[in-house]
Amino acid sequence: MAPAEIRQVIIGILSKIAPDEDLSSLDDTKPFREQMELDSMDFLDIVMELRKAYRIQIPEEDYFHLGTMQSTVEYLTPLLKDA
Amino acid sequence: MHYDTLIIGAGLSGLAAGIRCAYFDQRVCVLERHTTIGGLNSFYRLRGRNHDVGLHAVTNYASPGSKTGPLSKLLRQLRIRWDEFALCEQIGSSVVFPGVTLKFTNDFEYLREQVHSRFPLEKDRFERFHSHLLTFNELDLNQQAVSAREIVGSFLRDPLLIDMLFCPLMFYGSARPEDMDWNQFVVMYKSIFLEGFARPNRGVRPIMKALVRKYKDVGGELKLRSGVRRILVHQGRAAGVELEDGRQLTANRVLSSAGIVETLKLCANNREQGTIEANSLPAAGDVTFNEVIDILDISPQQLGHDQTIIFFSSSERFQYRKPQEPCDLQSGIICSPNNYRYTEPLEEGCIRLTALANHDFWLNLPEREYTAAKAEWADKIRETALELIPDYRAHILDTDTFTPHTIRRFTGHENGCVYGAPEKSLDGRTPIKELYICGTDQGFLGIVGAMLSGITMANNHCLNP
Repeated sequence: MAPAEIRQVIIGILSKIAPDEDLSSLDDTKPFREQMELDSMDFLDIVMELRKAYRIQIPEEDYFHLGTMQSTVEYLTPLLKDA
Repeated sequence: MHYDTLIIGAGLSGLAAGIRCAYFDQRVCVLERHTTIGGLNSFYRLRGRNHDVGLHAVTNYASPGSKTGPLSKLLRQLRIRWDEFALCEQIGSSVVFPGVTLKFTNDFEYLREQVHSRFPLEKDRFERFHSHLLTFNELDLNQQAVSAREIVGSFLRDPLLIDMLFCPLMFYGSARPEDMDWNQFVVMYKSIFLEGFARPNRGVRPIMKALVRKYKDVGGELKLRSGVRRILVHQGRAAGVELEDGRQLTANRVLSSAGIVETLKLCANNREQGTIEANSLPAAGDVTFNEVIDILDISPQQLGHDQTIIFFSSSERFQYRKPQEPCDLQSGIICSPNNYRYTEPLEEGCIRLTALANHDFWLNLPEREYTAAKAEWADKIRETALELIPDYRAHILDTDTFTPHTIRRFTGHENGCVYGAPEKSLDGRTPIKELYICGTDQGFLGIVGAMLSGITMANNHCLNP
């Protein structure tokens, strides 16, 4: 998948987690935590949604890569290159 | 049939846990003894009317669009939209003690002003107490139980204010007589005084139905009329269950919402090994209630009563414990489900009256005396309440009453107690490996708390073991 597609995948996951949220104004460089008040339970859900959809395992020590949209897409690009 | 997770009980916590497991592709089955869903919170139909079993109010109110707090957290975790629960806020509630009334709404500032004006000498101490409480992390599941009376008493001096703060929090969640665990106090204080009360127009039904619909949509299996006779334990590890009809289901783990004592009793019936001895079971709870549900041909507001919930004590020292007499007439709860800010009013008036009850009396009463005793005590409870609200007795269309006997029959709780055992298992672990508990005895309270309990236990023990 290309970075733009990965971004769409993440948007899809975020809209599942927070269906009442308007994601059109999401700033890719700002932490999700600040913009959407995501907590540790929500980050775990992003990881589990990725595992469910693409069978990729993200170890706990890598969770910090999922801070912003930009860092998430960068981190996932090599992992999802064949997806 | 082999499952990843078997869940005992199709109440709020069991179904919420089931949604999490099924959503993340587990093979999961929720087992329910009764013919319909629901547990401590449920609904029923009687003489042509819909009733809620327990619901006075959904605590932990958060407005649509809220991103923080327990309600928002659980909606995200269950992938449910805010409007599926369609919560309407309370009009206003109060705590009434001899000579003093504290009113509260879903705006904490209102209660704060009330405390300042009624208890001017306690003003600064109350503020320090409140700030201390806000710094406490009640969601830490590894903490030890400490006495809330000790902590509150180290900040506040006026015993009347202390008891008035404890009164609603105990009534709506304490399994412990006369005291609460500090973390439970904080959970209840935030959920009632900071977040507040709300109710869906149609009661608990839309909440239960949204849960079961979601559970089925994500592929969960629900077996009704499937009471568990025992939990199968092999070498100290839960391996499945045996149903009342003798069928056995195996699983990698079992999550039980039956209560800690009740769940361990299900393990004790294993002939092959006796990991749980009857004398090593934790103590069952002792605090429980009678409730009178009066249906009226008029709305309480037409009679001049617009309070949502009144918590009262006619003695200055609030006594929260098993009473000597069948019901305690010194204190109680008066709930009017009509008094929420609905867009459409309810079809009929309703007043729910709750009083502490002596479970020994109600559980041992000969059957032929039971109906008369229920009616006799309903009259007494009503008379007590009429000191605080208009006399509505000429408007009663129908009355239903429940007692500890009813609660035991429908929830299986020892002693028919509502809030379960005094010792909570916050992390959900039991002496048996791969057997976890959720619901009342895990220790998150209220309707929102019950669902969060199921979610948290599923996350911690079933999905990321």
